[in-house]
Amino acid sequence: MHRCAICQTNRAQVIRPKNGQKICKSCFLEVFELEVHTTIVENNIFPRRGERVAIGASGGKDSTVLAATLKALNERYDYGVEFVLLSIDEGIHGYRDDSLETVKRNAVQYGMELCIVGYDTLYGWTMDKVVEKIGKKGNCTYCGVFRRQALDRGAKRLDISHILTGHNADDIAETVLMNFLRGDLPRLGRCAEIMTASATSPMRRSKPLKYAYEKEIVLYAHYRELDYFSTECVYSPEAFRGNARSLLKELEKIRPSSVLDIVRSGEQLVHDVKSPSKPGCGERNGCRGQDKGSVSGSQVMSTEPATLKLLQGAAQTNDGAGIQTIGVCGKCGYMSSQPICKACVLVDSLNKTEPPVEVSLTGNMISIEVSGGILI
Amino acid sequence: MTTDTIPITVELAGGLELLFDNEKKLRINIPAKTEDGDATNINYLVNYLCVHHMKDTRREMFEVDGTVRAGILVLINDADWELEGEGEYELQPKDTILFVSTLHGG
Repeated sequence: MHRCAICQTNRAQVIRPKNGQKICKSCFLEVFELEVHTTIVENNIFPRRGERVAIGASGGKDSTVLAATLKALNERYDYGVEFVLLSIDEGIHGYRDDSLETVKRNAVQYGMELCIVGYDTLYGWTMDKVVEKIGKKGNCTYCGVFRRQALDRGAKRLDISHILTGHNADDIAETVLMNFLRGDLPRLGRCAEIMTASATSPMRRSKPLKYAYEKEIVLYAHYRELDYFSTECVYSPEAFRGNARSLLKELEKIRPSSVLDIVRSGEQLVHDVKSPSKPGCGERNGCRGQDKGSVSGSQVMSTEPATLKLLQGAAQTNDGAGIQTIGVCGKCGYMSSQPICKACVLVDSLNKTEPPVEVSLTGNMISIEVSGGILI
Repeated sequence: MTTDTIPITVELAGGLELLFDNEKKLRINIPAKTEDGDATNINYLVNYLCVHHMKDTRREMFEVDGTVRAGILVLINDADWELEGEGEYELQPKDTILFVSTLHGG
């Protein structure tokens, strides 16, 4: 029997992937929470007491662990923030129905307010109807664009300007790999950031589980007997992410630290890409530098100074992949860098009988990587 | 060659239950020895489950190269199987083996 390397008393039940440490269940729960707390403090994720913050909740393991951990930490360390669960109903029968039931139970279990926003009310289309119209191919584009706005709109409805998502270290490493394989450095940079504020979204988004291994998230959920729901989107095989994921899991088997190493690589690449010159800068008007002055120029960044400080510290948010002037969508009034926002363009194409349009997302701050709830 | 069996409990979670007709808990009696006379281990159990209990035809969602697919966590009596010898762990009566997928999204 192995003894716990921390308390030296109990039976070790977990080997930590990041360092091979063998620890017992209760030390594991403690250290897992402590590390999330450290991430929160070091990155100043909750700069303001009294703030209401949304947790993007799908009912899956990541967002459930996020909600459970944050509830515990908020009580233990007194962040003084109030959490609200924000869920998206994409309108996918047999996929979202059950997970939304889980979220409803979570709201009761954690004593958090719950807000569900549906694609049908926001756009007049459920994903089931979208797929009926355009087929399975390419539907992820619609879902990704719709979801990003839906989270923002849901948060806005709640008068909230900060959304937390449950992305874990494995999610981020996968996305780093995918963007690397595609040669998409700007997006690679963004996906590795812990906190993002984009020109097309009025929201701050943070990933407090960024350094948490998927394996440990599953173990945490198991040991704490959390109520979560596992499923795969019925429409999304998403082969490329699947391949990146398999590669990552194989790497992890050989060298468990690979996951966090890739996350760190992503962070470093951003750092290096950004420092000397900014490719694409000047392509559009309003070229901004990469610091405070530049971001504060847009109405997006009406958040508190702490955010700006953080954005500078944590590998600047602006990526140089094209600079946008922010206006509002001529149709729906939602913040947009184009005359008509992406969601409206997509909805228009659906409402017409013409074949669906191809929407290019390059050079835009919208990044969509969607897989069973993953959106980075 | 013996016909003795070992009673164990197998639990499936994180979406794996979908491969087993939504069964989350199986109480099974597994042969104590393999055909070659070796003690039954986790790898043997993985194959045994595929042959006798899996309802889904996508075996590769559970088993790859004679053991569980990467990304599936195995807990032996609530402890990480890496602490117990992984696939080589020899099953003991009344063991509880949990297979939980980390691969499914929300």
